[in-house]
Amino acid sequence: MAGTASGYIKHHLQNLTYGQLPAGYERADGSVLDSPAWTFAGSVREAADMGFWAIHVDSMFWSLLLGFLFVGLFRFVGKRATSGAPGALQNVIEILVEFVDNSVKDGFHGRNPVIAPLALTVFCWIFLMNLMDLIPVDWIPGLATLIGIPYMKVVPSTDPNITMSMSLSVFMMMIFYWIKVKGIGGLFGDLALHPFSSKNLFFKVLLMPVNLLLETVSLIAKPISLGLRLFGNMYAGELIFILIAMIGYAQLPLHFGWAVLHILVITLQAYIFMTLTIVYLGMVHEDH
Amino acid sequence: MNINATILGQTIAFAFFVWFCMKFVWPPLIGVLSERQKKIADGLAAADRANKSLEEAQAKIAQELVEVKLQAQEIIEQANRRAAAIVEEAKDDARTEGDRLIAAAQAEIAQQLGRARSALRAQVASIAVAGASKIINKNLDEAANSELVDQLVAEL
Repeated sequence: MAGTASGYIKHHLQNLTYGQLPAGYERADGSVLDSPAWTFAGSVREAADMGFWAIHVDSMFWSLLLGFLFVGLFRFVGKRATSGAPGALQNVIEILVEFVDNSVKDGFHGRNPVIAPLALTVFCWIFLMNLMDLIPVDWIPGLATLIGIPYMKVVPSTDPNITMSMSLSVFMMMIFYWIKVKGIGGLFGDLALHPFSSKNLFFKVLLMPVNLLLETVSLIAKPISLGLRLFGNMYAGELIFILIAMIGYAQLPLHFGWAVLHILVITLQAYIFMTLTIVYLGMVHEDH
Repeated sequence: MNINATILGQTIAFAFFVWFCMKFVWPPLIGVLSERQKKIADGLAAADRANKSLEEAQAKIAQELVEVKLQAQEIIEQANRRAAAIVEEAKDDARTEGDRLIAAAQAEIAQQLGRARSALRAQVASIAVAGASKIINKNLDEAANSELVDQLVAEL
């Protein structure tokens, strides 16, 4: 399956998908299903044919594992935290918390107890997911193949489902707080009365559709750009790791160089996602 | 790269982790941070207070030092005056004692002189009588002569 270069790349970019295949479906190994079956996809085509009601088991597994690693570690430290002289681990955690807290204080001026924990979760979780990118691309998929798992993509943030679900969650929170803080009328006002405004009521009404169009487009662009930026950066980075991995021993210095650069990228992307989350949520709490 | 139910699963996971973080992770950590902030602020304030009281104490010490120096000076002066007075007194005493001793010695001398004179006088009488008797070489009426001699003696 990884015999050719394109096969190798395709294999590395395919998630382990669990879903239902319909009756009469001809599987990758040539067998034909006589009844609908829930199963792991054995090929890229099968995964695509499973439709919406399939799940990327590897993405979910790694994302949950890293999520629990994050909350577990922070909970562990939080329980033992002392206001006296902190230990090394507590120090690191405190630096992160303080960094996030400061970012929230800079970008968000309302009062909302959800924002700071949300920002911390976003930053740490995305950072951990991105960090999986630094594990050499063949290690875990190779191990998985040895024990019979056909696909294994270890970086959850190279899965658009993961990044888009997070950005859409942020978007939903945005809409929720928008309505909660300003009401439906306020939401409509924010969308319809800017950026063009007039004192004259007639022109005001006349400009409304224009404003609505502009603002709606920019509103919808927010979650999409938020999710796709993270996905795109991580996907491209992963793809280059895969390409580097194919060139034999010359890959070692290249891989090292790209990994060093990627340390910057993964941190930066986590930071950008967090900052934009704070900014977007701050926007709906503030008056223009 | 298909969009599928993973998006829902991740949303649920995301909601759970944010909830968990909000309930169990954020409060203790931020609590510890603000507590430490307060501790440090208190510590700095206490240090300020301590500095201030130190300055006050130092000023007080300087002031008391001046007072003590003045007192010491006064005591020394007093002592000096006292010493001078004692010396003066002693001198006076010595002078009086000396005068007294001199007076006593003079009285003694006068007394001795008187005594010696009267003794001399007594002896002179008898010596004169003896001398006279030898000169006259004759038994004279001792009573009449002694009267004469006594007269002589009294004239001495």
